[in-house]
Amino acid sequence: MAGMFIDVKVDPKVAGDAALAKKLVEVCPVNIFAIDGTKLRIVEENLDECVLCDLCVQAAPPGTVQVIKLYES
Amino acid sequence: MSILIHKDTTVIIQGITGREAVNMTREGLSYGTKIVGGVTPGRAGRDVYGVPVHDCVRDITKRMRVDGSIVTVPAAFTRDAVFEAIENGIKLVVVVTERIPRGEVAQMVELAKLRGARIIGPNCLGILSPDEAKMGGLGGRAEDAKKAFRKGPIGVMSRSGGMTTEICNTLTAAGLGQSTAVSIGGDAIIGSTYAELMPLFEADPETKAIAIYSEPGGRMEAELAEWVKENRSRLPIVAFMAGRFMDEMPGMRFGHAGTIVEGKADTTADKIERMRAAGIAVAERIEEIPALLEAQMRKRGIH
Amino acid sequence: MRFYEYESKALFARHGLPLGKRALARTADDARRAAAEIGGPVVLKSQVLSGGRMKAGAVKFADDPAQAAAHFDAILPIVVNGQKSCGVLVEEKSPIAQEYYVGVTWDGRRKLPVVIFSDMGGIDIEEVAEKHPDHVSKTHVSTLLPFTPRVAKEAIAATGVTGNDLTRLTPIVAKLVEIFFQYDLTLAEINPLAKLADGRFIVLDGHVDLEGDAREKHKKLLDELGIKPEETRQARPPTDFEIRGAQVDASDHRGVAGNVVEFDGNLGLVIGAGGGSLTLFDAVRKHGGRPANYCEIGGNPSVKKACALTKLVLSKPGVEKIAVMMNVVSNTRVDIVARGVVKGCVESGRDPAKTIAIFRIPGSWEADGFKILEKYGVEFCDRSVSMYEAAGRAVAKMGK
Ligand code: SF4
Repeated sequence: MAGMFIDVKVDPKVAGDAALAKKLVEVCPVNIFAIDGTKLRIVEENLDECVLCDLCVQAAPPGTVQVIKLYES
Repeated sequence: MSILIHKDTTVIIQGITGREAVNMTREGLSYGTKIVGGVTPGRAGRDVYGVPVHDCVRDITKRMRVDGSIVTVPAAFTRDAVFEAIENGIKLVVVVTERIPRGEVAQMVELAKLRGARIIGPNCLGILSPDEAKMGGLGGRAEDAKKAFRKGPIGVMSRSGGMTTEICNTLTAAGLGQSTAVSIGGDAIIGSTYAELMPLFEADPETKAIAIYSEPGGRMEAELAEWVKENRSRLPIVAFMAGRFMDEMPGMRFGHAGTIVEGKADTTADKIERMRAAGIAVAERIEEIPALLEAQMRKRGIH
Repeated sequence: MRFYEYESKALFARHGLPLGKRALARTADDARRAAAEIGGPVVLKSQVLSGGRMKAGAVKFADDPAQAAAHFDAILPIVVNGQKSCGVLVEEKSPIAQEYYVGVTWDGRRKLPVVIFSDMGGIDIEEVAEKHPDHVSKTHVSTLLPFTPRVAKEAIAATGVTGNDLTRLTPIVAKLVEIFFQYDLTLAEINPLAKLADGRFIVLDGHVDLEGDAREKHKKLLDELGIKPEETRQARPPTDFEIRGAQVDASDHRGVAGNVVEFDGNLGLVIGAGGGSLTLFDAVRKHGGRPANYCEIGGNPSVKKACALTKLVLSKPGVEKIAVMMNVVSNTRVDIVARGVVKGCVESGRDPAKTIAIFRIPGSWEADGFKILEKYGVEFCDRSVSMYEAAGRAVAKMGK
């Protein structure tokens, strides 16, 4: 489920990448990413706190993490 | 010119690796401020946006001239940081940190006086001289600051950081730029009051008039009114007084010492009366400030 | 933060200031027992966070335990300047030869502590200060030099006191200054400081005020005196709404939703920051609006916090709409506040477009903020609309 204002989409191809998951958890200042076992999980209740800093997008291979502003569509 | 800071003012940031300080460094640099170093104990050797980090203020001051320091460390360490700046010869210290017990603020102020240094704040957003430099978070991002602040003839002093920007933005929109804007801080004891900054504006040929933002509490407006009368200031002043509703709030007095020291408490109505009696125009709304300034300047033949 | 008289005296007693025998009574029975234990005539003083007890009749003298119990019942219900009593201090009645005044507080202009001393103490001290300035001395104290008693001596001697009185008073005044410094007080006052018939000095009444920002630093003292962290000790006790406001602020460390104060109007205010709130509250009232509350948001609050505050304000009976307004912001983000208030409306089951009378927060990230508001049909304005004008637009929408 998306937030009311923000959605973050992670390409399923990289969702299992433990190293990347760890990096995403580290960079996001508002804890939108979490790790369940080795799998990356999006913390839905935090989605709307996203500050649009783009750090997650920069940390991941191009095009694999997307931050979507739902109020723009 | 401007007061306190200009293009060539060299500045350091104490607590430079903190979250807010990192932003302040980036935006200060991009506004054109000469930030020559930073201090965070134990972090020497790092850099923040190219600004080298040191363990001690001394490590910077022994190598170069440092005109000012921005102190943005947790409240419990602020007194120590301010002492360090002053004892290493820095003459201008902007204290951003809030919630410092006033006993400690008084110690900083007393030491500054002893050493001929000046403190702005605490609990303030700092100083901004448009197109010159900014010390502290005033105006926010450099691009936002450029929108709200423009170089010009008005000196601005405000007890509220946010309202400093609001007022400057209103002045800018009306075509009145600012020489320097100072967020002086909202605490009971601050390093520099309106009256203490007036001589600097008075001596600055670029400043032609003053706008101030004022709040309930304290005696700073009374002090300003006296200063203006005693010194026959050349500068017309327009003040905005916020929080008038507080006069009707159920206040509580306790003990007599405050009254004996400072006389009867100054309500906002008292403050307005005092300022008007000293020839200071008081605006009812922020948007009246530009016209009042222009009228006052015209009246005194200032262009 | 104010201390009750009995707490102030407990603090004084720890530091060896001379005090009479006394006990706090919470019931008439307590009062009777205390009077019996003290023996002889006693004075009963209601414990309230306000001056003016004497004039309100909340101080009475009793000759025996039965009378003490009766007086307890008489003075406990008396409300002094809106303040309820938390108990009655029963204290031995002392034969007084002369009353003195000593206070330590901050002189905001000199930015130093100042010791005030007078040999004409008592309830009319402010009048004395005006009419007999030579009987009131003001002596500033360095905050850098170690404090030594000569400052106290000079303060006392300046009113003409000499001889044994001077040497006996000096350590008392010096001690009060030390207490002032040690506990980050903003006021330490003894009035009257009484000279008894036998030449001894005794603290008859005293007050201290602790700096709010130093509460954490002196937690141990407060715990020992039984002062709980949630006691605000404000001009009036906090309302339920205000307590919940403080909880919203404490629930999340990001940003501030501070100083939530309840009023009884119909227009909820989500406003900031400090100076902006003062300005906006005035503006709403000037336009004839009736605010339901005051608050100061700032410091870039999280969406969660802005949302929780919005919900709190909307939960207040009689609140029809809210106005969301701030000065031009540089640290707080327009888009984050916009998300919070829109979400708060939706989660309260209200339509943001109808509920938010106006949104006036210009500044950082305003483009994103305005897109959000546009999507939800909320009326907003940028910096070209003044705070005053925005408040006017909000008020104009009320009562239609
Ligand atoms: S943009 Fe920033 S805040 Fe948003 S999800 Fe990515 S890292 Fe987190």
